[in-house]
Amino acid sequence: MKLFPIRGGIHPDYRKEATSEKAIVALPLPARLYLPVQQHMGAPASVVVEVGAQVKKGQLLARGQGAVSAPVHAPASGTVIAIGEMTAPHPSGLPQLTITLETNGKDEWAELPAPIADPFAATPAQIKERVAASGIVGMGGATFPSAVKLGLGGQYKLEILLLNGAECEPYLTCDDRVMREYADEVVDGARIMAHALGAPKIVIAIEENKPQALEIMTKAASAFANIEVGGVPVQYPMGAERHLTQAITGRETPARKLTADVGVVVHNVATARAVHNAVRFGRPLTSRVVTVSGGAIAEPKNVEVPVGTKVSELIAFCGGLAKEAKRFVNGGPMMGQPLPSLDVPVVKGTSGILALTAGEANEHATQPCIRCGTCVTICPCGLVPVQMAAFIRHDKLDKASELGLMDCVSCGSCSYICPSGLPLVHYFNYAKGALNAADRDRRKQEQTKALVEARAARLERQAEAKRQAALAAAAARKAQSENPDANKANA
Amino acid sequence: MSIVVDKSGPFTHAPNSVQQTMTLVLAALVPATLFDAWLFGWPAIFLFVFTVAACMGIEAFCLKIQNRPLTSLSDGSAALTGWLLAMSLPPWTPWWVALIGAVFAICLAKHLFGGLGQNVFNPAMVGRIAVLVSFPVQMTAFVAPHPLFAAASPDFAQSLAIFIHGFDLDTISAASALGFVKTELSRGIAVSESVGKVPSVTDMLLGLHPGSFGETSAVLILAGGLFLLAKRIISWHIPVTVLGTLFLFGTVFSAVDPARYTSGVFQVVSGASFLGAFFIATDYVTSPVSKQGQLVYGFGVGALTWLIRTYAGYPEGMAFAVLLMNALTPIIDQYIRPRAFGRTRKGEPLPLLKGDK
Repeated sequence: MKLFPIRGGIHPDYRKEATSEKAIVALPLPARLYLPVQQHMGAPASVVVEVGAQVKKGQLLARGQGAVSAPVHAPASGTVIAIGEMTAPHPSGLPQLTITLETNGKDEWAELPAPIADPFAATPAQIKERVAASGIVGMGGATFPSAVKLGLGGQYKLEILLLNGAECEPYLTCDDRVMREYADEVVDGARIMAHALGAPKIVIAIEENKPQALEIMTKAASAFANIEVGGVPVQYPMGAERHLTQAITGRETPARKLTADVGVVVHNVATARAVHNAVRFGRPLTSRVVTVSGGAIAEPKNVEVPVGTKVSELIAFCGGLAKEAKRFVNGGPMMGQPLPSLDVPVVKGTSGILALTAGEANEHATQPCIRCGTCVTICPCGLVPVQMAAFIRHDKLDKASELGLMDCVSCGSCSYICPSGLPLVHYFNYAKGALNAADRDRRKQEQTKALVEARAARLERQAEAKRQAALAAAAARKAQSENPDANKANA
Repeated sequence: MSIVVDKSGPFTHAPNSVQQTMTLVLAALVPATLFDAWLFGWPAIFLFVFTVAACMGIEAFCLKIQNRPLTSLSDGSAALTGWLLAMSLPPWTPWWVALIGAVFAICLAKHLFGGLGQNVFNPAMVGRIAVLVSFPVQMTAFVAPHPLFAAASPDFAQSLAIFIHGFDLDTISAASALGFVKTELSRGIAVSESVGKVPSVTDMLLGLHPGSFGETSAVLILAGGLFLLAKRIISWHIPVTVLGTLFLFGTVFSAVDPARYTSGVFQVVSGASFLGAFFIATDYVTSPVSKQGQLVYGFGVGALTWLIRTYAGYPEGMAFAVLLMNALTPIIDQYIRPRAFGRTRKGEPLPLLKGDK
């Protein structure tokens, strides 16, 4: 396959060998599951069960609301014992509405929607509807509702479904294992998604550090003429949507546009497997494969985990902590989020749980920037991190924005490579948040202003109408007093 | 259990640091330094040790009066400044010239601007230029090679005297190749004639000729530079454009008028060309951050060096050229940036191609 170079990037220590040969094992069903109503980008789902309700596996617990949302289903049969606020698996550590399910160990399935016997005879809308009803979100970590992305076929002329098996984050091997152990399911899911998108071609892109996955997927896809499996260079962040699109097609997605604008839609391999399960068996997304790794974990593993399992239980299943962990990460070490607590649940977007030792985290005190320019050379987005960070440090966020701050994908390459150990991405995330907040404030103010102006105009109109009415009445009275007979005649 | 979330990702870091970078640069300077320490003997060794120590001492003093932690001495930047300053001085320079250079380099060029990373001008070159314009006699007093342990070389005691009091300029001093050609030209002797009397290109490459303490051996400096390239501490952009521009200007102009202009090869192998191209102009702090900017900067350094060597009063122009281009670096960084992903050079989103819709 002809490949195209992508700009910059880094070659971190991948440390995937800790789990890459560990076959996926199922986690024994925990006694309690904690299911946040928002495990996706978009609006939170609204709860449709009550405390005390007996539910079965796969039963709807919370319904998606609005255009961009996803429902939540019961990962096991049992009893809803609480619906209340719990710490969310988010760096803020803020509470979030969470359904607590006490499992009964029977693992009884609810009545599931009927399998779609021939998905390729079904309409794209039917597939999309099934994917939406199954609560599937982007499982690479972005957690964007997959059904919304499958609907792009209606608005864009798509040529390629690009299945992302790059897995460029260090440590993570869950996608690698899914491809090696469930290749046929992934390929089937991809074919169903391509059908829903109206994309004639499927490309499955896998980084070359996963030769077994490449081989197995090539074999699984060999029966289908429209599927191409290609190895891509080991280069972080190869798995970034726009960069992978460029590497495979040579097409550079314009700023502020979608990859769909250049005819490509990217989905994760684990998402494809979830689509297969939803369409072929009617099963909603209630579990996922999570890589539990890092030097502090006693027995690193790839685990099929019911959504809602507490991270602490998952770590205990992997032998607990063998060493002191400096950092706990939800996801990969480059773009993953810090865990605010180990009592938070695994959610649909949790690709990894990492407990990193101080040696692995390799943090040292920051030093002054020596302007080495490495961040400029390696930025995959062609930005100038050193200058953006300097502006942000001086609170000139607009200046940083002019330099393309909002084009930054927070891949973390600059922070990783900085010899002075400057937390560049931390600055960028802060500035993006502050600019977004300012933007919201500005819009709110404009809205308030518009409302105030509208009210003033309305009051003015009302006053004017009263004045007119008063004048008219006065005129009428005058006319009446001058000519009472005429009025009588009219009456 | 609650965990303190005090930073965003990434939660891993490359095994690099400022210290490591500085250490590698110092290591790359070792071969050329050892060679010239042998070539110019004890006075040069005294000068080198003293200059490095002076820069580190002054750095410590500056940090102390600013209440900054002395631990930042270990970043190696002051040692590197001292090392480069020593390499750019004539090998038998007396201590007080070096000390004044060190004060200018560390106090004025570095700490008055805010310390490491904040300086606009290359500290070592500011130190060198300050003493060059203040003490033109001492700063152009080069000597012929006096290898260690050779019969004609000064012994330890004599060397100490040279280091403290200076040496008899009339009897011992020798001109650098650039200086010789310039002087001869001012006496009306054509360049094509005078270049025949300077050391051969082979000697210039190997380093067996009069010159500043660290600059004579082009081959060993090149070896150090290639080491830095291999270690990815520097990239090819600045060295290649500096040397390329010098070579190009020299070649073109000497082809037009060989009596007036020295050849491209002579320009490249003489003076501080290699030291400047690989170690001075590539200074991170004072050069542009983008590769495209570095190309412009390197061209500027090469062109200005040639201009100063050819037309100005000083025989060597590398230090001036570097400082002049340092002054332009903020402007280069302002106007030359990489093209952002998905955008045109002007920063507009790329147009959608027809048929992609």
